[in-house]
Amino acid sequence: MQIKEMAERCGWKLLCGKAGEEREAEGCYIGDLLSWVMSRAGENNVWLTVMGNINAIAVAALTEVSAIVLTESASLDEEAKNRAETQGIPVYSCEENTYDTAVKVYEMLK
Amino acid sequence: MSMLHLTYQVPGDDFTRAGEASSDVKHKLKKLGYDPDAIRRVAIAMYEGEINMVIHAGGGEAIVDIDPDRVEIRLEDQGPGIADVEQAMQAGWSTAPDNVRTLGFGAGMGLPNMKKYTDEMTVDSQVGVGTTVFMKVFPGKKE
Repeated sequence: MQIKEMAERCGWKLLCGKAGEEREAEGCYIGDLLSWVMSRAGENNVWLTVMGNINAIAVAALTEVSAIVLTESASLDEEAKNRAETQGIPVYSCEENTYDTAVKVYEMLK
Repeated sequence: MSMLHLTYQVPGDDFTRAGEASSDVKHKLKKLGYDPDAIRRVAIAMYEGEINMVIHAGGGEAIVDIDPDRVEIRLEDQGPGIADVEQAMQAGWSTAPDNVRTLGFGAGMGLPNMKKYTDEMTVDSQVGVGTTVFMKVFPGKKE
């Protein structure tokens, strides 16, 4: 499933990185500790986190996750937003907590 | 002489620019058609190294040599040095300040990750002088 379709069905709001919305979403990874995520998130995973800084964007680029979903309306820094836009990494926002979001992702990927 | 010799300045105390060197190396390796697993390992190890230099050493230099059968990465800084390298290599041991932790780093995983994802790694450090980390990644090895 494309990340764009998943986002629409889950009701996530796109904050930036529209250019990357056609990426496939395969699997999900959850984490806020960047070193941990960097070594474990898989390519095309949907990454659920509350970490909306520029380093998170670098980690997303490095791991080639399909998108970042900032749960519980966690904020995205301005410079992070610009970097994600430039690199075409979709960043979404949602109000639900990470668990509820993960459950939705699970349903989508089932 | 390596096929491709690259040198990067890693700025100190600038988290916004940390990752530029590893990202550039990653793109170059991709263009060269390098093994994807090796690219990922190089990028992770190098990014961790860059972050370390930003957090602890006020920046430094990254020198990368790319050959078809290996990538060699040398990270040099003139920072405070590591008093006990063995201790620093233990997962979870960290001297990073709290502000770094709020950024999602400082969990004591930098050096262990670098070791984990490279095929060879040596740390040469002298307190008050600086640290040099030398890493090698061979495509097709590990994972």
